[in-house]
Amino acid sequence: MATEAATGIVPTRRPPPWHNPRIRGVVWQILFLGIVVALFAFLVHNTLVNLRRQNIASGFGFLDREAAFGIGESLIAYSPADTYARAFLVGLLNTLYVSALGIVLATVLGTVMGIARLSSNWLIRKLAQIYVETFRNIPLLLQLFFWWAMLRISAPAPRQAWEPLPGVLVSNRGFVYPVPIADPAHHWMLLALALGIIGAIAVSRWAKRRQARTGTRFPSGWVGAGLIVGMPLLVFLAAGVPLKLDWPELKGFNFVGGSAVSPEFAALLIGLTIYTGSFVAEIVRAGILAVSWGQSEAASALGLRPGQCMRLIVLPQALRVIVPPMTSEYLSLTKNSSLAVAIGYPDLVSIANTTMNQTGQAVEGIAMIMAVYLAISLLISLFMNLYNRAVALVER
Amino acid sequence: MTIKRWLGALAGIVFVLSFGTSAQAGATLDKIKQSGQISCGVPTGIAGFAAPDSQGRWAGFDIDICRALSSAIFGVADKVKYVPLTAVQRFTALQSGEVDVLSNNTTDTLQRDTALGLNFAPVVFYDGQGFMVAKKLGVKGAKELNGATICVQPGTTTELNLADYFRANKMEYKPVVIEKIDELYAAFFSGRCDVMTGDASGLAAQRLGRASNPDDYVVLADRISKEPLAPVVRHGDDEWNDVVRWVVYALIEAEEKGVTQKNVDDMLKSEDPNIKRMLGVTPGMGKALGLDEKWAYNEIKLIGNYGEIFDRTLGKDTELKFERGLNDLWTRGGLMYAMPIR
Repeated sequence: MATEAATGIVPTRRPPPWHNPRIRGVVWQILFLGIVVALFAFLVHNTLVNLRRQNIASGFGFLDREAAFGIGESLIAYSPADTYARAFLVGLLNTLYVSALGIVLATVLGTVMGIARLSSNWLIRKLAQIYVETFRNIPLLLQLFFWWAMLRISAPAPRQAWEPLPGVLVSNRGFVYPVPIADPAHHWMLLALALGIIGAIAVSRWAKRRQARTGTRFPSGWVGAGLIVGMPLLVFLAAGVPLKLDWPELKGFNFVGGSAVSPEFAALLIGLTIYTGSFVAEIVRAGILAVSWGQSEAASALGLRPGQCMRLIVLPQALRVIVPPMTSEYLSLTKNSSLAVAIGYPDLVSIANTTMNQTGQAVEGIAMIMAVYLAISLLISLFMNLYNRAVALVER
Repeated sequence: MTIKRWLGALAGIVFVLSFGTSAQAGATLDKIKQSGQISCGVPTGIAGFAAPDSQGRWAGFDIDICRALSSAIFGVADKVKYVPLTAVQRFTALQSGEVDVLSNNTTDTLQRDTALGLNFAPVVFYDGQGFMVAKKLGVKGAKELNGATICVQPGTTTELNLADYFRANKMEYKPVVIEKIDELYAAFFSGRCDVMTGDASGLAAQRLGRASNPDDYVVLADRISKEPLAPVVRHGDDEWNDVVRWVVYALIEAEEKGVTQKNVDDMLKSEDPNIKRMLGVTPGMGKALGLDEKWAYNEIKLIGNYGEIFDRTLGKDTELKFERGLNDLWTRGGLMYAMPIR
């Protein structure tokens, strides 16, 4: 005891490990993780046992079997003799196609409508408001049915098809138009197009640098457009104008030749675009309103026209606020495209449904649909987050 | 305190999970008797087979099969919950236990009998796949349909037979595939497709039921496949499978022996040992099935025999006026043949 008082060291017993909050936390987490894994394993095991008890086939082997059903429209060649895996691929491509087009069109329409809602013109403002309020509040499925019925009912039968331009035929089978027959010169034209795009980008960068250095402006927009259109055109003329068109004509029941846009695809695209566009309009409006009014005042004090102010000052700052909710809208549009099954467009869900029904393997089919939509959604999120980081303004 | 909350949540999860393990293990009949009703999957709307009338009551051939089951089990015709199912939903609904039996114009095929884990009761309607076209197209036979746009329901043997037929005959077609029958027929009658394909009986029924002018349309005479339609149950429950089979056979046997709704009470006094066994005067058949001895008597008294059901829903007493054809008794040249009830 004298030694303790002299040196000042008080020997203490080490506290038991469960008094340490970090160790406690780790133990609880391991326990919880174990429970989650056990739960998951139990669900999977239960499913497999029940499937086996009722002798329902399971496993992904069915993907190699012959599909034996036809698909109405597809971007790649498909026949009923192909496998289920190829049918899935056709459905996936259809979904991606309509989603990609829908995203582009909805963004354009939504942006225009969003800016229109802030216009100083009373009529434009009111029309935009009516558009947004109407199409935001009606369920998408009803809108799809409406557009599909309109396109079906208003167009005539193939034998009485309208012909607004020679070779372009509109009937209730869709919109049929002539396409050029493939020719070797077209590869050169594509190459020229690629070169034209690169040239346009290079010109615009050079023009920006020159403007930053000397202040003189260069019509890089017009020059770029000229390059993109002109270079393929030059190749086209040099190759002797190889334009043989595949004209559609009515043979028997349907149009043979040319390319067609079916009423189902058109209805789905129009419905998705208008519906999602109304949400995008509100997001864009919110983004623009989020930019402080002082910015627009300063811009007009500097002599910028309202259009230039919107394009150069307001929208770049508004993008910070617009891009995150836009991601949600794009994901929403992609998932909403699965409503195609109700109007007869062969997208992924529709084909997976048919497959599940013919093979009886509902669990695998649903798992595949979920995995595909999850992958698409994660990809869209990834791209949008990268873009978000690129346009994010660095604050002081 | 926090630990207690966690343990409480855990106990709750385990409790809820314990319900998942009690899967139906061959006890469909017990479950039905306990709940007091049969859950019967029916089509969403085919005139003559299953359609709600103006008061919202379901009536038709498929409905009467369900009602016959209810009469045999409970002695009352209406202890049935009707679940309208599209062709795409029907098998998952049956496999998962949502319905006990499908009376849904389902074709008996090998794939469905094996890979889908289903069992088929005896065929109640022999049909074939046909085509319906507008008369103004001037088409006389199925071989003239090269290049046509064809409306078809997904998830059916129709879809597969169509692809096979056109491939075998080296013809092309464009399918328009829509799940709901209402939308499908709306598309056909508005001219979106040239041809409608399906079971010939269904086509004839829908022509009268949905077309604004039925005389503008004709069902072609070609039958490109066999479509034997039968009620369906799940694998794994032999007792319930037996009940459904013999309820159907009793309907056919009753017509063969001349037992009708009107004379079934008099037939109780018959001297024919076959009739006595069937109607339960000689006990034993009901006990073997797990039902009341008067199971067949109740069926015939409340619903009628096979011929009466056919006439009332699809045959001479209706607008459809289907011929018995293959659906007549074997003694009259058809295919309806009941196994002996003994």
